[in-house]
Amino acid sequence: MTDDAPGSAGDDAPETDDAAVPAIRRVAGTGVPLRGDDVDTDQILPARFLKAVTFDDMGEYAFYDQRRDADGELNDHPFNEYQGANVLAVNDNFGCGSSREHAPQGLMRWGVEAIVGESFAEIFEDNCKSLGIATLAVDHEDAVDLQEFIEANPDAGIEVDVRAETVRYDGRAVEGDVPDAMREALLEGIWDTTAVMRTNLDRAKAVNDSLPYTDD
Amino acid sequence: MSRGTLYDKVWERHKVADLPNGQDQLFIGLHLVHEVTSPQAFGMLRERDMEVAFPDRTVATTDHIVPTTSEGRERPLADERAEEMLTHLEHNTEDAGIRFFGLDDDRQGIAHVVGPELGFVQPGMTVVCGDSHTSTHGAFGAIGMGIGTSQIRDVFATGSISADKKAVRRVEVTGELGDGVGAKDVILHVIRELGVDGGVGHVYEYGGEAIRSLDMEGRLAVCNMSIEGGARAGYINPDETTYEYLRGREFAPEGDEFEERKEYWESIRSDEDAQYDDWVEVDADDLAPQVSWGTNPEQVVGVDEPVPEPSETRDPDAAESAQAHTEVTPGETMEGHEVDVAFLGTCTNGRVADFREAAKVLKGREVDDDVRALAVPGSGTVKRKLEAEGIDQVFKDAGFQWREAGCSMCLAMNDDALEGDEVCASSSNRNYVGRQGSTEGRTHLMSPGMVAAAAVEGAVTDVREFDTADEVGEPVADAEVDG
Ligand code: SF4
Repeated sequence: MTDDAPGSAGDDAPETDDAAVPAIRRVAGTGVPLRGDDVDTDQILPARFLKAVTFDDMGEYAFYDQRRDADGELNDHPFNEYQGANVLAVNDNFGCGSSREHAPQGLMRWGVEAIVGESFAEIFEDNCKSLGIATLAVDHEDAVDLQEFIEANPDAGIEVDVRAETVRYDGRAVEGDVPDAMREALLEGIWDTTAVMRTNLDRAKAVNDSLPYTDD
Repeated sequence: MSRGTLYDKVWERHKVADLPNGQDQLFIGLHLVHEVTSPQAFGMLRERDMEVAFPDRTVATTDHIVPTTSEGRERPLADERAEEMLTHLEHNTEDAGIRFFGLDDDRQGIAHVVGPELGFVQPGMTVVCGDSHTSTHGAFGAIGMGIGTSQIRDVFATGSISADKKAVRRVEVTGELGDGVGAKDVILHVIRELGVDGGVGHVYEYGGEAIRSLDMEGRLAVCNMSIEGGARAGYINPDETTYEYLRGREFAPEGDEFEERKEYWESIRSDEDAQYDDWVEVDADDLAPQVSWGTNPEQVVGVDEPVPEPSETRDPDAAESAQAHTEVTPGETMEGHEVDVAFLGTCTNGRVADFREAAKVLKGREVDDDVRALAVPGSGTVKRKLEAEGIDQVFKDAGFQWREAGCSMCLAMNDDALEGDEVCASSSNRNYVGRQGSTEGRTHLMSPGMVAAAAVEGAVTDVREFDTADEVGEPVADAEVDG
């Protein structure tokens, strides 16, 4: 469950939608372990499912090919076995490759609200920030320990604390790193950057006018 | 922190504000848009009742889903979902007043081919696109960055993105490139040396003799694959090669304005005494043509070099499963490894110079009977130029299918896909499992010349062993290719 505290998109942001952007201080629930380095966004969300003009169905397509055997039957992939989990535990360079936001959208719509791993590809991490998914980078051993713990205790509680930049489970508190901008954005409920930047539209126009290449 | 680099200077010129999240609001000089990642962003904009703030700084094309046969391009497209995406883009761009190169425009093509060749991309710009290969545009000395759909919404609504400045790593490529060896080999070698995640947190500034000697097509190929090395952006300082390329392009400045603009371009070059956060040297002297053997773009060897044992690689587990997938044998070279498909094109190697390089290999030769060979120009402009010069004929005579422009078999969102466990010699940039449309398919990345050689032999071959034609086709000035 996400701990929803009331947030605001900024007082002087008249042009945003009315729904306040929730602050995200912590994500608590159960875990889903996914092993392997360099898991790319083509694996997370295969290209043939990008042919849609909305993200609505992306949850079904997360790891679509890896979740199925050659005959199309669901196999024992973690995304089949750990339905209902919300903290994803991964390894190094997770989310590399294509910039498709369909990948984190798919994870989010499947149920992922926070990801703990050794490192994340940049565009993927930015996309997570835009969607309010927390990413926590931890050491290699800590990532592996967490995966092993979840595998042995699939129903045990896992909590990612965004403020403290820790993941808590089994009486342990493992420290990690949430990128500063993401941490700030999640805690303050300002991960929807459109509203914030729209208040600076006049300044953006001034920069546009000042650039030597914008008069053509 | 870096100081005095092109990256620092361009960033400063485009900075709008400090944001509460600690990031910078960065103005975007050119936003390239395509059909796959934009419809949701236009939708988000509508939900908020907002309009595109800077339509003049936005250019759209369609590339990922388009069929590449002329019959297949008749509307409505046979694939209903592809048709829906295309229709959405047509309506969205029309409503917003965004210039759009659609299927009925003979300049349509891959965003990263169209932007540069029409002169939209210029030095000292910030360029974004909902596509990771936006790093391509760094070839001009621009900052090109791939973004996600929520960020596309940001750019539509505010002309800006919220971003952190990265560390700047100078990648100095030394040495002289031999015959048959080019930009694609250089960048595959760099990624092999620095790793697929080596660039995370960094922007790459490429320099050194091997880089300076490249033409613009080569520089575009190098910067294109920065993202495969984990670097969100990669760039090359602009010089005479850059300016000469831009001169006369349809949307580039002309006459006095060109000369004035050049002052800006010169001013944003990295200073002699610029400070970098990191500096690495990569030796490209005597480099052999490079071929990928595995399922990520750092799993690469020289064509005459044995494929490494998994234990000799950075990630032995990954290497082992990759070798099981591609069925290559450690200790043996890639030479002689059979291929079923040869694919030429993409935003890495789908430009005129790339096809010319391949045509020099193909001239007077034929594609192996067991190979399916596809030539897919990166844009309509590329295609017309090759046809005007008669280079298309070399491909047709050799037995290549000559197609219309698009991403095609790079990611197989149209009908062009690997079937079953086919092995593909590909001029694209990604060899991930399933990338080319079949989960059992195998992709080997290589240069356009190497793809042509593999097509002829039906197996991976060292292109340096081929006698290649000195010239192909009859040169025709760009201006005479009717548009
Ligand atoms: S050619 Fe390939 S890599 Fe380039 S934009 Fe198209 S799909 Fe992406």
